[in-house]
Amino acid sequence: MAAPRAPLHLVTPVWNRGTRGTRGLSRAVAPEGSQKKGRSLLRFLADRFYDVQALREYLLRKQVLKVHQKNRPFTYIKERFGPHAAGAYFILKQGGAVKFQGKEWIRSDARGHFSLDFLKFQAVPVEAVDASGCAINYQGLDSVLALKELQSLWLQRCPHVDDWCLGRLHPLANSLQELSLAGCPRISERGLASLHHLQNLRRLDISDLPAVSNPGLTRILVEEMLPSCQASLLSSNSLPGLGEVSHPRKLHSPNPLTSPYLATTTSRNPCS
Amino acid sequence: MLRRALQPGLSRGVLGRGLGTHRGRSTLGKVEGSGGYRGSWVAPVSSYVTFRTRDPTHDGKTVGRLGEGDQNGKVSEIKKKIQSVLPRGAWNPLRDTSYLPPEHSDVVIVGGGVIGLSVAYWLKRLEKPQGAIRVLVVERDHTYSQASTALSVGGIRQQFSVPENIQLSLFSVEFLRNINEYLAVVDDPPLDIQFNPSGYLLLASEKGAAVMESSVKVQRQEGAKVCLMSPEQLRNKFPWINTEGVALASYGMEHEGWFDPWCLLQGLRRKVQSMGVLFCHGEVTRFVSSSSHTETTSGEEVTLRRIHEVHVKMDRSLEYQPVECALVINAAGAWSGQIAELAGVGKGPPGTLQGTQLPVELRKRYVYLWHCPQGPGLETPFVIDASGAYFRREGLGNNYLGGCSPTEEEEPDPGNLEVDHDFFQDKVWPPLAQRVPAFETLKVRSAWAGYYDYNTFDQNGVVGPHPLVVNMYFATGFSGHGLQQAPAVGRAVAEMVLDGHFRTINLSPFLFNRFYLGEKVQEHNII
Repeated sequence: MAAPRAPLHLVTPVWNRGTRGTRGLSRAVAPEGSQKKGRSLLRFLADRFYDVQALREYLLRKQVLKVHQKNRPFTYIKERFGPHAAGAYFILKQGGAVKFQGKEWIRSDARGHFSLDFLKFQAVPVEAVDASGCAINYQGLDSVLALKELQSLWLQRCPHVDDWCLGRLHPLANSLQELSLAGCPRISERGLASLHHLQNLRRLDISDLPAVSNPGLTRILVEEMLPSCQASLLSSNSLPGLGEVSHPRKLHSPNPLTSPYLATTTSRNPCS
Repeated sequence: MLRRALQPGLSRGVLGRGLGTHRGRSTLGKVEGSGGYRGSWVAPVSSYVTFRTRDPTHDGKTVGRLGEGDQNGKVSEIKKKIQSVLPRGAWNPLRDTSYLPPEHSDVVIVGGGVIGLSVAYWLKRLEKPQGAIRVLVVERDHTYSQASTALSVGGIRQQFSVPENIQLSLFSVEFLRNINEYLAVVDDPPLDIQFNPSGYLLLASEKGAAVMESSVKVQRQEGAKVCLMSPEQLRNKFPWINTEGVALASYGMEHEGWFDPWCLLQGLRRKVQSMGVLFCHGEVTRFVSSSSHTETTSGEEVTLRRIHEVHVKMDRSLEYQPVECALVINAAGAWSGQIAELAGVGKGPPGTLQGTQLPVELRKRYVYLWHCPQGPGLETPFVIDASGAYFRREGLGNNYLGGCSPTEEEEPDPGNLEVDHDFFQDKVWPPLAQRVPAFETLKVRSAWAGYYDYNTFDQNGVVGPHPLVVNMYFATGFSGHGLQQAPAVGRAVAEMVLDGHFRTINLSPFLFNRFYLGEKVQEHNII
């Protein structure tokens, strides 16, 4: 056949990890047994009753629409305050953090509130965006791509960032110097191949990508593709065991050690 | 109606269709009673006759018995019949016919490849109210061993010169990107079509540079993200290219790349089955149609045909089922020409509309997989050289897929799917090695061949109804870019069927009429 076909079931455990992470923000990991029983009962009913099937399809559809709603563009803010403010507002609304040039990091608190002072900044560009753990997807990247002077973009553990999104990052090629994709469940080496447009990239974090089939080889190929960029497989940012449950607000604070302006020591994986 | 009921051949009767499936001289060996009938107790004359012919040894017995002759033979026959009716007998009135297609279906889609399944999906998705239309997909090879979909290289691009092609491809890319929203089935794992967003790189020589520029203008107007590169920019970006002879290159930045067509096919299949479309493993052997004569406004006589039944023959048997249908959709890919002939398309004096055949035929194309350790890196796009040879990367291990379309004179015989390795040596390798010097040393790992549903008229698809066979719709003839347009074409055909006109993308240039009127849709970027 045309391409080596990965069996569909390989994706299931990855998917489950991702969605459980976003849905289960407020509850602890449920015990396996009861979840499975509940699911098989629902499946039994859905196979036999059209109403149950329609209900389940409706609930699935609602989940998808929820993500779409989170990624809607804020056109009024864009027109009134400019693309930088609109991008910052979008990221803050999702629960991320934004750093304007010459200012401190702005992030929303535990309840999702944030100050609107940044709307008063007149055309100050956004320098760094931390969207770790946010439900940003292909549509939502519109707001980020409008930030023409973005230097540092962190998309760690974003469940909806996939290969298509990486193919979209080329407008940031002039300014982007640091990109972190650690822990994104949907990114594979195919999306990483489209990063070659980002010629100014200096630091790339591709650690803990479950969908990448061969991390060591991928890192070598990415470094060949982007000669002036350091691709790292072991990031000092990612905490152990963060594959499933994501707590984006508390644990991930902007670490001064990973600022693009300070030299970092990245431990390299010995070639396996 | 009455006349047809009285016709002995059809023998439909007042209670619906006849009893049992219509069978040729099959020797299935078991007593097949009446299959699929509605409870009528009329003694099946046909099956009585077949019962006789099915048991030649029985005749032998009657001859063998001395002196008793025919009388005893008849008695033992009746005895056998009574025995089979009683419990423990072989006669089963409620015979399991689940392997047969249904007797009635609103739409019959001939061909279960990506185009046929896409049409089925959109029909079920766009129908109002839900569940109104019964759709049957007839596919004669469930392993898809010769289907163009499964053997395709899997690329998708917007770099066409015809605006409709670009629009089709743009919508298909959007479909693929959101495939888990379109084809989501509750409780089933999501699909991973393994899309590589690496883009396409088309190279043009001096001759083709002007055409490429105008094509890129059209592409940009439609919304494709394509950039033009000079040879110098090309060398900077892709140092492994030898730009000798290249005047201009167009590079797709977004929405282009390649993916796994098998995954798309199985995803469509799964979703379509969950929406209630029936599948049948069989082959269409005959269309039963009726014709009516009318006059055009200018006084010419026109014969319109309407298909009433599709005879679906079961796999590896002579048994067939007549499926009464309202519409037939011809999505048989490379074999669409044969299906159209069965329906009576092209039966007439040449040069007239009746005599215009569907110009889709099988063409064999080779794809080769080779390994080149020093080859281009991870950023390699799908490169199409000015000479027509193409290649793309496959996986992480420096493997590459590629091929070339042969010229008209060198067309291989499409009788089988055997690969000609000399073709690689003579026609594919030289231009690629000239373009990418690293390909001087390579080793071919494997190769395969597949069919194009090649439209000999203008190498673009045929979509829409036939003007004379009024209930046959075409969705075929895409000549190598069917996979990348499949979702959009499916939607267009579904709109045509349900609304009578194209709603989102206007595919009127792709209707069947153009073969008679001679209006070619010239597409420059055909691989």
